[in-house]
Amino acid sequence: MTPERIATPDAEDVYAADGDSDATAYTAAGPGDFDAIAKAQAERGDETLVINMGPQHPSTHGVLRLMVECDGETVLSARPGIGFLHSGIEKNMEYRSWNQGSAFVTRMDYVAPIFNEAAYCLAVERLLGIEDEIPQRAKDIRVLFMELCRIASHLIAVGTGGMEIGALTMMTIGFRERERILDFFEAVTGLRMNHAYLRPGGVSNDLPENAIAELRDLIKWLDKHFPEYAAFCNENPIFKGRMCDIGYQDLSACMALGVTGPILRCTGYGWDLRKQQPYCGYQDYDFDVITWDTCDAYGRFRVRLAEMWESLKIVKQACDKLEASVGQPVMVENAKIGSPSELALGPDGQGNSHEHVKKIMGQSMEDLIHHFKVVTEGYRVPVGQAYVPIESPKGEIGCHVVSDGGARPFRVHMRDPGFNHLQSVPIQCEGGMLADIVVCLGSIDPVMGGVDR
Amino acid sequence: MSENLPVAAVPAPPISTRRGMWGEGSGDTSGYGGIVRTVTPPTGSEPPFGPWYDEVIARLAELVAEPFQQVVFDRGELTLHIPRAKLSEVVKALRDDAKLRFECCMSVSGVHYPAMTGAEFHVVYHLQSMTHNRRLRLEVSCPADDPHLPSVVATYPAADWHERETWDMFGVIFDQHPHLTRILMPDDWVGHPQRKDYPLGGIPIEFKGAVVPPVDQRRNYR
Repeated sequence: MTPERIATPDAEDVYAADGDSDATAYTAAGPGDFDAIAKAQAERGDETLVINMGPQHPSTHGVLRLMVECDGETVLSARPGIGFLHSGIEKNMEYRSWNQGSAFVTRMDYVAPIFNEAAYCLAVERLLGIEDEIPQRAKDIRVLFMELCRIASHLIAVGTGGMEIGALTMMTIGFRERERILDFFEAVTGLRMNHAYLRPGGVSNDLPENAIAELRDLIKWLDKHFPEYAAFCNENPIFKGRMCDIGYQDLSACMALGVTGPILRCTGYGWDLRKQQPYCGYQDYDFDVITWDTCDAYGRFRVRLAEMWESLKIVKQACDKLEASVGQPVMVENAKIGSPSELALGPDGQGNSHEHVKKIMGQSMEDLIHHFKVVTEGYRVPVGQAYVPIESPKGEIGCHVVSDGGARPFRVHMRDPGFNHLQSVPIQCEGGMLADIVVCLGSIDPVMGGVDR
Repeated sequence: MSENLPVAAVPAPPISTRRGMWGEGSGDTSGYGGIVRTVTPPTGSEPPFGPWYDEVIARLAELVAEPFQQVVFDRGELTLHIPRAKLSEVVKALRDDAKLRFECCMSVSGVHYPAMTGAEFHVVYHLQSMTHNRRLRLEVSCPADDPHLPSVVATYPAADWHERETWDMFGVIFDQHPHLTRILMPDDWVGHPQRKDYPLGGIPIEFKGAVVPPVDQRRNYR
């Protein structure tokens, strides 16, 4: 179905060919179609309102567009329109080496970048057949990073979700804690976001010397401040008035729409891939799957809040494990796959390793060859396909990777939970109040970078 | 049971044929220019595959007549290649039968194999059984000159947007889809960007005295 084309002889359309007066008119409301809806509506003359919410409405979590039909303040229909942040990441990856893919996927869901990298790396490792060769320390670092990232993502979800209903303090304290976590990420990877830290075969560099001490500080900080969220919100009558029974979606609706994550768990079903289909050694960690039984936005909030505590529990265990395994490798032994890392982070944020350079330039011809081949050519991945799902803060994030045996991916597809979950906007919003759309969206927690890729 | 199992030895058409070490459009100075490699998809291991895989295959063969073209068990993942005429029937059986019970369609993604004449477009469905904690992959193909597949939205409503994305990116038409429109690209976009013959785009990067070509025109290992 193409949008209704509106002839606009006087509007200058830079995309129209010469003499093509029939081009689609791009107006502030979009490519023509919304104008047509509004016009038809005006002719109908009843009390139904057609409202275009976004793209770039402050509470649409990025460039999401919602086309809402209202009778007074009651929502008759809500249709999400996505694609405004589509950046062709999947296509671009087909032109880069397998290792570079990590730097592309991390930009998809930018609130939880580590999970994109983890799903991609695990999928590539399955194709390479090196799943059993990943060093234990690399797995523990991955778990540590994923759980810290889960906390950071949940902080954004409850923080911005709170801000949108007027609980502004939730946002300010949420970002305060998140910033502490990102400081730790920066100290290890060199970047607050878009780390490209997890690579097929392990992680790009080991933790710096002071990392464990900083991590202990961070844990202490989070331990001290997490109770604030519960104290502000859990029994707050205004907060509960806005959140309870809003965005209702029960288990059967979740199943039909493939909804996972906190939305599924707040229906009382404890489905968590970390428990059900463990990866990265999650079976060795002690934590609980959090459920709630209200199927609404408040339940999702409580699930997220409790999951942050569970994640902190895992972070503490990972911290102990990492303290015990200092000095062990963080990348597979296979020199044809493992990038010659062991980089130390310089003051300029760039990584380099003087020992490594000294070795390849002065002592080992083979290492020099491996370094050169891995950096320029990369490695070839055996023909086949793999789909690896993991539990991201939002739900199941899966990476479908196809290789044709070349040095570049043949096809990479990310199954982002937000993409799937936005389909449930109508089921959660229709029949409710206009103002509750914002609560529903906040409780779904979509990140448009991941949705549109 | 065994007569229902498909014969594994259907030689799949090659994914591609490669010469030398470099991508298209550049001279091969490596000395490997004479090497010709034919890339074929993995045929996987021979049955029996393992704990539940054979049960699912046998049960599906009981419920649907001749449901597979090929069964591939590779890297711990089971892939069923389904003829497109059988897809609707197969997904319904997979969802509704108590012994199968794949309730969720988690992901749909397309893959374009330009060299596989007659089966250029593959659409891959990843199913999840929460009851039995199992995962299964369905793969369906269609030729480029007739890119039609039956939609699975009637069985798996979650596949709605995923099928729209696959149509948007590959131009595979899902018949009986309730609203097959573009989802990521603008409504009036021409072409399907994830097809292999669709250019990546990009402009040369100009330096003083040097030009770096766009990434899809650079000399590349493959």
